[in-house]
Amino acid sequence: MELFFTSLLNGVTYGLLLFMLSSGLTLIFSMMGVLNFAHASFYMLGAYFGYVISSYVGFYPALLLAPLAVGAIGALIERYGMRRAHASGHLAELLFTFGLAFLIEEVVHLVWGKSPVPYRVPPSLDGPLFTLFSATFPTYKAFMMAVSVGMLAALYALLTRTRVGLLVQAALSKPDMVEALGHNVPRLFMLVFGGGVGLAALAGVIGGNAFVTEPGMAAAVGSIVFVVVVVGGLGSITGAFVASLAIGILQTFAVAVDYKLPFFDRVTVSQTAPVLPYLIMVLMLIARPRGLMGTRET
Amino acid sequence: MTRSRLALWAVTLLVLVVAPLVFSKGFALSLLCQMGILVVFALSYNMLLGQTGLLSFGHAVYYGLGALFAIHVLNLNKVPTPFIPLVGGLAGLAFGLVFGYITTRRAGTTFAMITLGVGEMVAASSLMFPAFFGGEAGISGNRSQEPFFGLTFGPQIQVYYLIAAWLVICVVAMHALTRTPLGRMANAVRDNPERAQFVGYDPQRVRFLMVALSGFFAGVAGGLATLNYEIVSAESLSALTSGMVLLATFVGGVGFFAGPILGAIVITLMSTVLAGYTKAWPFYFGLLFLSTVLFVPGGLTGVVVLQKRLWDAGLLSRVAPVYVRMAVPGLVFVGGAVVAVEMAYRGVRLPGAWLGTFAAMAVGLLAARWLWRRESDRWAAALEALAGKAAP
Amino acid sequence: MATRKLLGAMLAAFALASPTLANAQVRIAYIDPLSGAMGATGEHGLRELEFAVEAINAKGGVLGQKLVVVPMDNKLSAQESLILLKSAIDQGIRYISQGNGSSVAGALIDAINKHNEREPAKSIVFLNYAAVDPDFTNDKCSFWHFRFDANTDMKMAALTDYLKGQKKVSKVYLLNQDYSHGHQVSKVAKAMLAEKRPDVKVVGDELHPLARVKDFAPYIAKVQASGADTVITGNWGTDLSLLVKAAKDANLKADFYTYYGGTVGVPPAMGDAGIDRVKVVSYWSANSANAAGQAVQDAYRKKYGADQDPYSQSIRISAEFLVRAMEKAKSTDPVAVAKAMEAMKIDGPFGEITMRAEDHQIIQPMFIATFVKGGGALKYSADGTNDYAFRADARVEAAAAARPTTCKMKRP
Repeated sequence: MELFFTSLLNGVTYGLLLFMLSSGLTLIFSMMGVLNFAHASFYMLGAYFGYVISSYVGFYPALLLAPLAVGAIGALIERYGMRRAHASGHLAELLFTFGLAFLIEEVVHLVWGKSPVPYRVPPSLDGPLFTLFSATFPTYKAFMMAVSVGMLAALYALLTRTRVGLLVQAALSKPDMVEALGHNVPRLFMLVFGGGVGLAALAGVIGGNAFVTEPGMAAAVGSIVFVVVVVGGLGSITGAFVASLAIGILQTFAVAVDYKLPFFDRVTVSQTAPVLPYLIMVLMLIARPRGLMGTRET
Repeated sequence: MTRSRLALWAVTLLVLVVAPLVFSKGFALSLLCQMGILVVFALSYNMLLGQTGLLSFGHAVYYGLGALFAIHVLNLNKVPTPFIPLVGGLAGLAFGLVFGYITTRRAGTTFAMITLGVGEMVAASSLMFPAFFGGEAGISGNRSQEPFFGLTFGPQIQVYYLIAAWLVICVVAMHALTRTPLGRMANAVRDNPERAQFVGYDPQRVRFLMVALSGFFAGVAGGLATLNYEIVSAESLSALTSGMVLLATFVGGVGFFAGPILGAIVITLMSTVLAGYTKAWPFYFGLLFLSTVLFVPGGLTGVVVLQKRLWDAGLLSRVAPVYVRMAVPGLVFVGGAVVAVEMAYRGVRLPGAWLGTFAAMAVGLLAARWLWRRESDRWAAALEALAGKAAP
Repeated sequence: MATRKLLGAMLAAFALASPTLANAQVRIAYIDPLSGAMGATGEHGLRELEFAVEAINAKGGVLGQKLVVVPMDNKLSAQESLILLKSAIDQGIRYISQGNGSSVAGALIDAINKHNEREPAKSIVFLNYAAVDPDFTNDKCSFWHFRFDANTDMKMAALTDYLKGQKKVSKVYLLNQDYSHGHQVSKVAKAMLAEKRPDVKVVGDELHPLARVKDFAPYIAKVQASGADTVITGNWGTDLSLLVKAAKDANLKADFYTYYGGTVGVPPAMGDAGIDRVKVVSYWSANSANAAGQAVQDAYRKKYGADQDPYSQSIRISAEFLVRAMEKAKSTDPVAVAKAMEAMKIDGPFGEITMRAEDHQIIQPMFIATFVKGGGALKYSADGTNDYAFRADARVEAAAAARPTTCKMKRP
């Protein structure tokens, strides 16, 4: 019983973390139709910027400044790189982000070295919040959960309730029409890309000190964010949210199970836990390529 | 086959035979072997990306599994060494049939994501089942067994010629495949699946066959790697290997049969030779890839082929002066950039050095832009003339 | 300084390009990752090797020749390493140094065995400073391979010897990475605990995928539910720091006995979470060194920064063994040097260090140490930090840490 509730709590926490990581990716995909392979790299840049900025002005200002700075970099990359790649097709665009991820990791190596940096949780958020059975629940995790839910609310409102959101959605299907109505579509896309990158960076500022800020952190989350977005349905914010929670809870419970798999002498369910999301993704893509709540196929 | 094409094949064969006599040192020889393996692997990848329009993030699955089966069979001591790559190929084909059936139900981004997932799963299981996959330590074998017609395949030079032979077989086979109805249909499916379906071909079936066949050639490459390195470890299945073959193919040029060949050669040289000279090699690597995507989406082969066409049309002499004049500021800029990267990697902090380098880069860039404004007309005119000649 | 660096780098590149320049030198090829995920560890080892080589050259080198390190980036890939090995052989290099990854070491041993058999006149000697698969000095032992680190089994023997005296340890949880090293740790831990502490219960034996877990909370919850008071783990890198952080978050009251708590990047990443929780079994204990050992550390920290811990003692010892063996053999010929190195002894910073002739495994004292707040009597900090250090709890003598070997060495 104890393990059940702890696992449920851990699962929800992990799920919300996954959503935080992938929301920016969903935003960019749903608005621009671009799968951004460099997403995790911007998450990493966010963590490093958060580390540097917070060492000068403290954690809370960094929470705002780092995403803005990384978002601005993202917007510039869209303006001077992506747009050019876009002209030579979808594949070129995707490969551009692929190469970008490679380059960003090198730059991080160069600037901050190859070892982890000592980026710490601020004292005001450090320490336990409450105790469940014998385990404590850290305040910082609760903070992460709150930010994640906040992201969901903000994105949902932005996409469905604001003029900008509607404009961008319209621009995705009928860019010429929107352009003809006097809107600057390229600039709109630049802002969306910057925004999505900023969200990744925000996740980085928060995740960097909860976990470890090091050059390998991008590769560590690189593919799991795609799983979340694909399973949730490419372009659906709510879908991504549901998928994150489902994957988080499923994976956490799988860890708790020591049942040995049939036919494999040595392997337990718990050992396979981190592979499960990929299995789910493949099955989902075969059975229902739209994902849980996607509105269209990719 | 035209005469020039025949000549090209002949020259390639000659180069393959003569190369080890010129580059006879152990290192150069193993570099040549490595290139040969990557050429086969990249060509098999381009069967998907270039010819069928399928972007795969998990091609290493076929390569790695092919290599694994090859080494297990090698260790059984039953199959003569020269046929080991065939074992790899058959394993690649078998997995190509299985995974191809799963993955090719969709095309486009969905296909790419499925291959990503399958790749991750296979890579993860490689560490979970060490008995078969060998874990991180890998499985080693010994390629020199019973002499086969007097050849033991112990010395590297014998392995080189074995790889070269398989390379020729695979290149000819893959090239022939592009001329078959299947190869043509793959192109049609890439360009317009609806139309292909309309004329009576099931696009899914065409994709499935292409994935399976490309799995075969990737498996052959894996089998060759088994013989060359005499060890197979989890890394040959990893996402890194999948990424590498994608980079090599794209940099070479996906639109040409020879593209992956050139790409494989360039990438091998960069990752092995350049890495010996500078720690900044991954940076150059990334830059090369990004600039290919941005400026020459046709890849390096695209650039070469364009020159060839200009030459054939007798237009190269018109653009050559443009090249020469552009080369001067271009080299200043690139040279400055290289110096800047090297200084960054070596931790040089002299303000003067940095200022000078940036100044050189800025001068090079501005001069290039200024010059390009004057020269671009001439360039555009040449291209127009080329298009005009090609049209009728 | 900066210009000198630049010039030095250019010269090094030049020397690499023209092997003819380098004649009266003893060159060691350092084949380890210098880029990618394990790049930091590889660079650390390179720095320690270069530091040792500089000290030797300052004293006049060996037999009138200078030692030169030739760094080669293998990207932690076995296949790349084999190509680099060929390149080293071409350049006339006869000594190879490597440590990261038993996969790479295994491939190198295999390739060197084959090469030395095929071309005995150009034999290669392999100085392994950190690849700890016990096989290399047992069933797969080779005359050409010398290991300067304690292997997995020896570390576990030292650890379980220490646990004999720790009566409060009663329930042990084994948590390891799901690959050969983790499997080996788990296997040998169970065997040795059963032998030395039959009263201890192993309440969990968990394997998690290598470098794929982002949040260790579920694993910690399982440890907590099992009631374990001790966790034994062979984890390294972020898999270790994340594990320790998750344990702190959930307030898990258990000690973590680790193999790699002191390696590059782990102490700064653990931070406060590791204090009094993380223990390390190692041949290195910065604060237990004798005067000579302290002098070396002082020089190292002065050169590279006070937070730089020269914990890869094995790599410096390997350079020292090499030089002594050359002096003893009065030759730089690999076969003679390898023979001279067998059964050689030197005085290390913690006592005598012996290269066992039977299997080429180094035998030396080991330590069990706890990660604590630095300062006070703890003069030297843990790697990459200024406020944390390791406090030695126990010393296991060389003889106790040694393990029998199944090696049947074939000598040329």
